[in-house]
Parts: sequence; C-alpha cells; structure tokens
Amino acid sequence: MTAPALLLRGGRIIDPSQHLDEIGDVLIVDGRIEATGRVGEVRRDGDALQTIDCAGRIVSPGFVDVHCHLREPGREEVETIASGARAAAAGGFTAVCAMPNTDPVTDNQAAVGFIIRQANRAGAARVYPIGAISIGEQGKTLAEFGEMVGAGAVAVSDDGKPVVSAQLMRTALEYARTFGIPVADHCEEPTLAANGAMNEGIVSARLGLKGIPSEAEEIMAIRDILLARRTGGHIHLCHMSTRGSVELIRWGKERGINVTAEACPHHLSLTEEAVEGYDTNAKMNPPLRTADDVVALQEAVRDGTIDVIATDHAPHHYDEKEREFADAPNGIVGLETALAVNLTWLVHGGVMDVTTLIDRMSCAPARVFKLPGGTLRRGSAADVTVFDPDVEWTVDPARFVSKGRNSPYAGRTLRGRAELTVVDGQVIYRRYRSS
Amino acid sequence: MSAAGALGKDLLGLEDLSGDQIRLILDTAEPFKEISERAIKKVPTLRGSTIVNLFFEASTRTRVSFEFAEKRLSADTVNVASTGSSVSKGETLVDTARNLEAMRIDMVVIRHGASGAARFLAERIESNVINAGDGTHEHPTQGLLDMLTLRDNFGHLDGIKVAICGDVLHSRVARSNIWGLKKMGAEVAVCGPRSLLPNAIDEFGVTVFERIEDAIQWADALNILRLQLERMHAGYIPSLREYNRVFGVSRERLERAPKDLLILHPGPMNRGVEIDSDVADGPHSVILDQVTNGVAVRMAVLYLLAGGKPELAEAAKGGGR
Amino acid sequence: MPSRQTTVLDARAMDRVLRRMADEIVEHNDGTDDLIIVGIQRRGVQLARRIVACIADREKVDVPSGALDITLYRDDLQTVGPRPVVGPTDLPWAIDGKHVVIVDDVLYTGRTVRAALDELADFGRPKRIGLAVLVDRGGRELPIQPDVVGKTVDIGDGERIDVLVDELDGKDAVVVAATGDA
Repeated sequence: MTAPALLLRGGRIIDPSQHLDEIGDVLIVDGRIEATGRVGEVRRDGDALQTIDCAGRIVSPGFVDVHCHLREPGREEVETIASGARAAAAGGFTAVCAMPNTDPVTDNQAAVGFIIRQANRAGAARVYPIGAISIGEQGKTLAEFGEMVGAGAVAVSDDGKPVVSAQLMRTALEYARTFGIPVADHCEEPTLAANGAMNEGIVSARLGLKGIPSEAEEIMAIRDILLARRTGGHIHLCHMSTRGSVELIRWGKERGINVTAEACPHHLSLTEEAVEGYDTNAKMNPPLRTADDVVALQEAVRDGTIDVIATDHAPHHYDEKEREFADAPNGIVGLETALAVNLTWLVHGGVMDVTTLIDRMSCAPARVFKLPGGTLRRGSAADVTVFDPDVEWTVDPARFVSKGRNSPYAGRTLRGRAELTVVDGQVIYRRYRSS
Repeated sequence: MSAAGALGKDLLGLEDLSGDQIRLILDTAEPFKEISERAIKKVPTLRGSTIVNLFFEASTRTRVSFEFAEKRLSADTVNVASTGSSVSKGETLVDTARNLEAMRIDMVVIRHGASGAARFLAERIESNVINAGDGTHEHPTQGLLDMLTLRDNFGHLDGIKVAICGDVLHSRVARSNIWGLKKMGAEVAVCGPRSLLPNAIDEFGVTVFERIEDAIQWADALNILRLQLERMHAGYIPSLREYNRVFGVSRERLERAPKDLLILHPGPMNRGVEIDSDVADGPHSVILDQVTNGVAVRMAVLYLLAGGKPELAEAAKGGGR
Repeated sequence: MPSRQTTVLDARAMDRVLRRMADEIVEHNDGTDDLIIVGIQRRGVQLARRIVACIADREKVDVPSGALDITLYRDDLQTVGPRPVVGPTDLPWAIDGKHVVIVDDVLYTGRTVRAALDELADFGRPKRIGLAVLVDRGGRELPIQPDVVGKTVDIGDGERIDVLVDELDGKDAVVVAATGDA
C-alpha cells in the first residue's frame, strides 16, 4: 500500500546535515524526501496529497535513540517492542536501538531476527537490535557478531553490565572491526560500585546509602579508550555521567582514538539531590551526580566531546520501584520526556542552540552507529520529526504510551514537545493540538 | 498548658528536628525518669493504645527498651519480628504497612536494615512511626538518650565537646548524634581510620581526628561506637587486634587526657576491641545511665507523638479542673 | 483591650484564708501525726508549702510535703490537642497508712482530683485522703467534695477564676476574669 504524498507546510526546517535552517515545505513521496523548499514553492500535481500545517513548529530529521531497553523478550509486562516503539514515536523518535539484556539475552541471530520481526509488526518507530558482546552477557565467551549483524544487529554491548575482563573487551574491539560495528560499554568498575545505590558524596553520606564514586565509571572509561587505541576498534561509551569521564574522552579524541560517547537527558538536567526523600524514581545506574558534573556534561554535548544524546529508557514495574531504596531496581523511562527535557534545560537554558540539539539527537546518532537517517536530503528515507519547541506541558506518567511509569519528571512542567513523527513517509504519531 | 513545637506525626530522624523540638523531648524525658523509680512503674497515659514493634533486624536491647517504655505507659504492645527485606521471601514492606493500617494500629516502632525504610512506612500509613534504626541512616532515640545523658552530667549541651569514635561510615547512631548535638550547640568531632569515615565527612561540619590520642586531648566526652566483625571481613580494617592497638580507648590513653572524660557507648560493647573493660566499668563511664535514660526518652517520645486530636479538643473545652 | 478583673482575695486576705485552712487541716487530723501535705502542680504546690509553713509556725512541727503532677493521669489526653508539659512528681515519703491531704488552688469539675487519687493509688495505700482547696467554684462533674475550703465563689459561664502566687506570678491574689482574656 503506497502512502499518499505528504506535504509538511510552513515549518522551520532545520537539517544540520545540510546546514539548512529556513521556513519552508517538505514534500514526501513514496516514503522518500522528494523536495524541500520555500513555502509554496514545492508543488506536486497528480496523486492525492495530504497536507499538514507545521507553522510555528520545527521540522527536523527524525530523532534516533541509540540506547534503550524494550524488555521483550522476557519482561513483557513492563514493556514490549510494540509499546516501546510506540512510546518512541510519541517522543519524536523515528528509530531506536534496543539493548540485548532481555530474557533470554539477545546473543544470537534468531533472537536478533525476533526483535526485527516484532518491530515490523508494531509499525511504529524503527527498532535496530544491539547484540550482546558475550553469550548470556556472562562476560566469558564472545557471541557471534557476524551472524547477529547478518540478522540485523547494528552494534554489540553487554549493557546492564560492564565488561569486566579487559582481555574480553580487547578481543571484542578487535573482532568487531571485521563488521564495522561499534562496541558499546557500560562503564562500571564492579568492586568500587558494588551495592551502591546513588552517587557517593555528601547526600549519600547523609542519607546512609552506599555510594558509587565517579571513579567507578572513569576507571573503565580510560581502560576502554586505551584498548581502542591499541586495537583500532570503535569504542562507544554509554551514559557518561561525570566531569572526569568527559576529560578522559577529550584526551582520547585529541589523540585520534576512535571513541564516541553518549549522555542521557537525566544526567544533563538532574543532580543527586533528586534522591532526597529516598525517591526511587531518581535511582538509576550510573547515578545522578553533582551540579558540577551536569555542567561539564552539558558543555561536552555542546562542543561535541559527547557525540550523542541517548535516553537509556528503562521501564520498571510500579511494584518493583515501590520498595526500600537500596532494594529498588535501577532505571527510569525516558523516550517520551527526552525532547522536552533537552529543550528545557539545554536550549531554553541557554547552553546550546536547537540546531546543535537536533544534531546530537538525530544526525550524530545515525552517523556514529552508521544508521540510515539523520538527514532530510533529497532521496533519503522520509524519517521526520515535527515538534513545538515552546509549548508547556506537565509530565503525567499515567498518560505515557510506554508501559513504564517510573519517571523523575512526574509533575514537572517542561517546554517543548513532539507533535508529528513520520517513518518511511508514514505518520506513526500525531499529537492533536488543543485549540 | 501545651507544649511548644509539636513533633508532627512521626519521629524519623534528628536531622529533621529543630533545636526546640529536641529540647522539648529531653525536658519531657525528665519526669518520666521518676516513674521508673516507683514501686508501681506504670502510668495510664497510653491506656488502650496499640503499639507494634516491627523489628526486621534482630535487636534485643532496643526492642526491650521500647517495650518497657510502652508498657509503663499502659499501652498494649505486639512484637513482630521479620528477617526479610522486600526482595527476600515474605511480605513486602508495603504490604506489611497496609496490613498494619487495616488493623488500626496506633503507633509503629520500626527497625529495618534499609536506609529510608522508616520514612517509606511513614509515608504510607497514618499511624505514628518511630524510627528505631534504619540501615545506616539514623537512630534518633539513641541520639536523644545520649544527649540526655550528656546533659545530666554537664548541665547543658552547648559548647560541650563530644568525640564520636569508631565506624562512623556504617553508623546510624553516629549520624543521629552528629545532627542532634550540632542543633543543640555542642561541638562535634569524629575519630577513626579514614576507611571507616564517609568520604564526605569534611562537609558534615565536624572536626576529624585521625588519632584517638588527639580526640582524647580535645574532648569532654567520648561516644565510642561498636566495631562490627563484618567490617573486618569486608576489608575496611585489617584486624580487630590492630584496631584495638591503634584506636582502642584504654585507661592508659585516658590518663593522658587533660581532664576526666565522660565515656558513652551505645552497646553492646566489644570489650577489648573499641573499649577496654576497665574503661567501660570505670568511674567516668555512664553507659548504664544511657540504658536507664533510654527508657525515659522513649516514653517521652511516645507520649509526645501520641498527640490528641485538636478538633476534639475544641469540643472538650470547658472540661477543666 | 484591658482585661476586666475582679479581685476576690488580695494578698492579705489570701494569707488569712491559708492560715485558717492550715488550722482546719490539723483539727480534722487531731494533730500532726501521720500527716502528709501534697500539692498538685502547679500552684497547688506553692499553696501546700505555705500551709506547711503555717502548721510549722503554729504547731512547731515540720509536716512532710510533696508535689504531684497529674498530667499523665488526665482523662482528656486524647482530646486536648498538643501534649501538655509534664511537671515533676516528688513524693519522698511512703504514704502507706498516712493521712494524705491533697492541696489544689481551684476545685471545679473534680477531674484533676480524680487523677490525683489514681496517681496516689499507684504509690501506696494511705489510711485516709483529704482534699483542701483555696477556691471552690462549683460545677462538679464527678462526686468529689473538699474537706477544707478557703472560699466558695459563684461565677458564671464566660468567667474564670485564677489563683496567683508570688513565686510564679509575682503577687498573691485570687481574681475573676472573663474567659477569652489571657
């Protein structure tokens, strides 16, 4: 079934991949970007044309989230590939990469294929599977990178867990070169971080909670950077959270090492103080850190030291989070709040302009993970996000599309929201404006 | 006549209380001491109230102290012991809370291994909740009885120098003492190896002594914390013997002090580890007074928390002498 | 707004009344043997001390005395709102077999005396308990009557009667004021 032609009219088109920033129209035909141009200049005769008015909105390449947890197979009561892909669409994401810490772990070609099939069935955002580095994420035996890539995996990671063995990380980086994929690491030195529930500092000392020192992340980050130097492989550092990590990444990039990094919206906006009162919705790994770390991360996203913003969307059941802080699982949802949090703290907060933000959420993720997308160039697949950068709204987790409700932004008023998400020329999400 | 600075619904910690509220509790504890000296150690004040002692961690002395306090106020008490946390087998803390609420319990005294557990319970039930120790966070009644004991001996708390010695990192008693003493104007120091002090201790507003001799030179009173065997097994210190040699409070060390130091210990003591027997049983030890004061302080807390209902007070106006 | 106060007894009158009360107490007891005077917190305590001083003056005997705080025995603790301050109870002498005379400043509903009787029962078993009050204002809600009364005063709703003592209030007096005044 071919989609009718789609015209997005009168929005502010911002495409960092073409250095484009103008008010205009975008014409989509047969799932591809046919043309962009000044308002009224883009025409199409003949076939049925659906027109959507985008005045006052920004039209950008679709957002790509390279780090999220869709929980299927194994924890379907908490999220499925379908509900997650729909949640992504509601957040303006046209594609997400799903981490392999499912149950069973996604460490073989059949599991990768299953995820792709489920995603196709859902018909919402694209889902690219990330395969495990080691069988069962046990950190012992290498998984079959080649077969997983052949089935559709775009990267490998043991996320959820660190790769403890430096030898295994070295081998993974070398082996992954054959397939041109990044190795993504969750940087956490296990003995320093053991049983930690939040950042180690004055707040953890006061609350009587065991802390995770920033060194637990930094020690593994520098280890991975050095191994990338030795092997020539591509290391991608997940959810960076400290000033020290930023400095180490900068050191690596200055020396031409193939290291890329991501930061999450919550580490770019909240601090360890969000844990006061033992709020388990502020518990995640790596934990929220200090205001100084937030400033360093924001600056690193601005100057590109940190290449991409990813959500680390991690839904958990209400019952699991409704318990003593030390026993509650780590993780918060983020697909539906990422854009608003980033706009509120980074753009409206004066740290960077919206063009830079779009790059970090769309162009850079696609480039770093070698995915299609991140551009509105003529002929490319029509993955487009239309968003209102200014509208104020209050976060109500009960109304999330995701099955997960664990968000630290509940009740907060944020600025900016996705309104239309288009994948392959199909509208997969539309938010109707209230009059 | 009514007391200033009501305590609110719960007693979760001393960090949340003001100096006036702490003073109120200590002043209220005074008349309760006398009741424990009577032949009939009972007043009818909490008659008909139901109090549950919900202890998730084994603790004989604190639980017994609370039980005496409750029974001397004529309350009905029930002890519930559980060894599990929410993740182990058995009822979750949330369900326990809901069941207690359904049974119309008036007050719950809770001791739990997770920091924040008392607040977790207090936010979910209407009964008064008293924190008898949550993880490594706070043990407010211990802090209060320590302060009462100090005040009995010095006559006041402000300007008194108290050194808390031992495993401050894992100690809820240390934290409660630090918050309480500072609010009452005392000067507080901690002393122990850095591996047993929180990394952020310098931000607590206390002096840090790395040698016990320095703490002894400075202090008016020492509050000596129990060193737990698990700390040695977890590698925070190499051995108990070395701890005693380097940090133990001994008579020889105390003799070099410029004045007679008051000796406190929350108990139970490891004689020969953090404290030597001749110090524990010596003339300046007030460890047994702490135990006596513990019952009085807990009675005071129960009395103050089991507040009346002001709306009924309006109706009751006119009833007087 | 100035409070309208009527002085029922001034300092001299109060002193005379207390002396007469002390004499009556000794008379009812046929002497001072086995007598213990116990004042109820707060102002009953000061009045008890005055009575003991009067007896010492007259009979040349120091009668034992004590103080009783009845807060923990009140029957209205559940409804009174924020917790009342608990004062000290000090009964240094055993009361078994003694004649205890409870002293209070104002007798009204009788509930304070009931609480005092309950509390004394927890200390022992006196041979006899008597009640001496400086002011009886009527309005009993319990079957309690005083053995020795300083002055009976009839006041209406909307009025209250207060006993002031020098040790706490700076002067001795018994005053009537409208309720609502401090």
